[in-house]
Amino acid sequence: MILEGNIWIFGDNIDTDAIIAARYLSTTAAEELASHLMEDIRPDFPELVKKGDIIIAGNNFGCGSSREHAPLAIKGAGVSCVIARSFARIFYRNSINIGLPILECADDLSFLLSGQDRLQVNLEEGLITHLQSGRSFKAAPFPPFMQELIRQGGLVEYVKARLNKKVS
Amino acid sequence: MSNNSGSTMVEKILATKAGKDKVEAGDLVNAKIDLALGNDITAPVAIKEFERFGLDKVFDPEKIVLVPDHFTPNKDIAAAEQVMVLRRFAERYGIKHYYEVGRMGIEHALLPEQGLVGPGMVIIGADSHTCTYGAVGAFATGVGSTDLAAAMAIGEAWFKVPQTIRFEYDGILPKWVSGKDLILYTIGQIGVEGARYMAMEFAGSAIGDLSMDGRLTMANMAIEAGGKCGYVQPDKVTFSYLKGRAKKPYTPVYSDKDANYNKVIEYDINSLEPQIAFPPSPDNVRPVSEASGIKIDQVVIGSCTNGRIEDLRMAARVIKGKKVNPNVRLLIIPATQLIYRQALEEGLLTTFIDAEAAVSTPTCGPCLGGHMGILASGEKALATTNRNFIGRMGHPDSEVYLSNPAVAAASAVTGEIVHPEEVM
Repeated sequence: MILEGNIWIFGDNIDTDAIIAARYLSTTAAEELASHLMEDIRPDFPELVKKGDIIIAGNNFGCGSSREHAPLAIKGAGVSCVIARSFARIFYRNSINIGLPILECADDLSFLLSGQDRLQVNLEEGLITHLQSGRSFKAAPFPPFMQELIRQGGLVEYVKARLNKKVS
Repeated sequence: MSNNSGSTMVEKILATKAGKDKVEAGDLVNAKIDLALGNDITAPVAIKEFERFGLDKVFDPEKIVLVPDHFTPNKDIAAAEQVMVLRRFAERYGIKHYYEVGRMGIEHALLPEQGLVGPGMVIIGADSHTCTYGAVGAFATGVGSTDLAAAMAIGEAWFKVPQTIRFEYDGILPKWVSGKDLILYTIGQIGVEGARYMAMEFAGSAIGDLSMDGRLTMANMAIEAGGKCGYVQPDKVTFSYLKGRAKKPYTPVYSDKDANYNKVIEYDINSLEPQIAFPPSPDNVRPVSEASGIKIDQVVIGSCTNGRIEDLRMAARVIKGKKVNPNVRLLIIPATQLIYRQALEEGLLTTFIDAEAAVSTPTCGPCLGGHMGILASGEKALATTNRNFIGRMGHPDSEVYLSNPAVAAASAVTGEIVHPEEVM
């Protein structure tokens, strides 16, 4: 899949309380969660973020609580992909499990500017291209098992396929 | 890494549960789950996903635990609806371990207390602090709601076998220094991603001397260093804790002497001070002597990190015969019904109430800014909880400092952060 979008830049150690505060966890609806995305650290973000936009972050994105509401809120806001230098492990598996595209990229992307630069992302190849300059960057490839999970559309579909296999 | 080297405790547990002779760090495995946990925040999402499987039963109704503890007793209508989802699911699928208000506790205090967790088990929980159960020698790790949904259906979960860092704490714990201080110090040293994706093995003479309550506190906060799990290998403290408590027979698992560690880090703790994590990150840690004079509006003693009986005893010892500072609200939250009762019988609750503290029924409540003690803009809290991120306990412009229960109790008396000795 090829994605293209404007970018929003966040720093290191963006925790899941920052992504979606606990006071909004009384719902499981992605759109409702999305209306409070990053609210405590960037109050105007829910208004500004547009469908297809890409989040760029530093180290350890999604640390803290296991709340799946965090990747759900990001997905609900229409964010097409999160690219970080590294992810906290529960956020990483939650994103894979629910089908939110994420990429780990060790390259220096600090030249990018929020709201100005545009990226194109080839998810299968892990290829990130800066559209204004044509510069490209490579993300870490997913292990085969995770590629299979992603290909099947997330963990629920993967488990469904397994359950069906057992029956037949 | 060589194939001939020994294995860590986690590698051995995951190999056994994945039906393999040996696994190594980096391997991806599907492992059988001995226990799967959810709460009133995470289980509703899991149940919604589980329903997509169209199954009429769960993989094993005795191996699923549901604890409504975060926004309970129900803080509002939305919270009440969430708990109703759990209650109905528990009824429909015959979930044995559903703990209603009045019988419940904060999940990570409740499960060990009830003897549901033991050495050698693989435990997942849709709650990041599930790593707590490493204290009894289990492989226990936090996952998301969809993982819980899948585990409830097939009784398995996928794991990348983690590398392990071994931490050796040597020396005698100084007075007023606890497991909380060891783990805060460790997180301060290695940072919030110092153990990202890794297992943290806690060892050394000071760990051997540490009580189970202290070990539970340490393993609980492994996640705050990014850890996949934190654990103590079973020893006589473990076995005496499990005696008469463990619901099932268990097989202790130990790391080999020649196990492959990512690294071994040694700490001499003989002169360690009580530690304080400054906002807004659990790795922003300094000794209490560098925090003196910070005025606070609220103190919270409780949570899955420090709401156990030993924590309440420590707080009561400090505050006995004194009064909470007029500018401070002190909230005491025993972590389970049993701990509440024990504190009542030991006279601890009387001590707290005489000191003009508020004592609450078990709840995660204020720790995550849910209810029962939310902070206003500009307020500061000192808490025995585990996280001090921006907005964690309420308004985004409020701040949370983290400490052990003795420091928290002493600071409630003075109205500013102090070493417990200053009020004794």
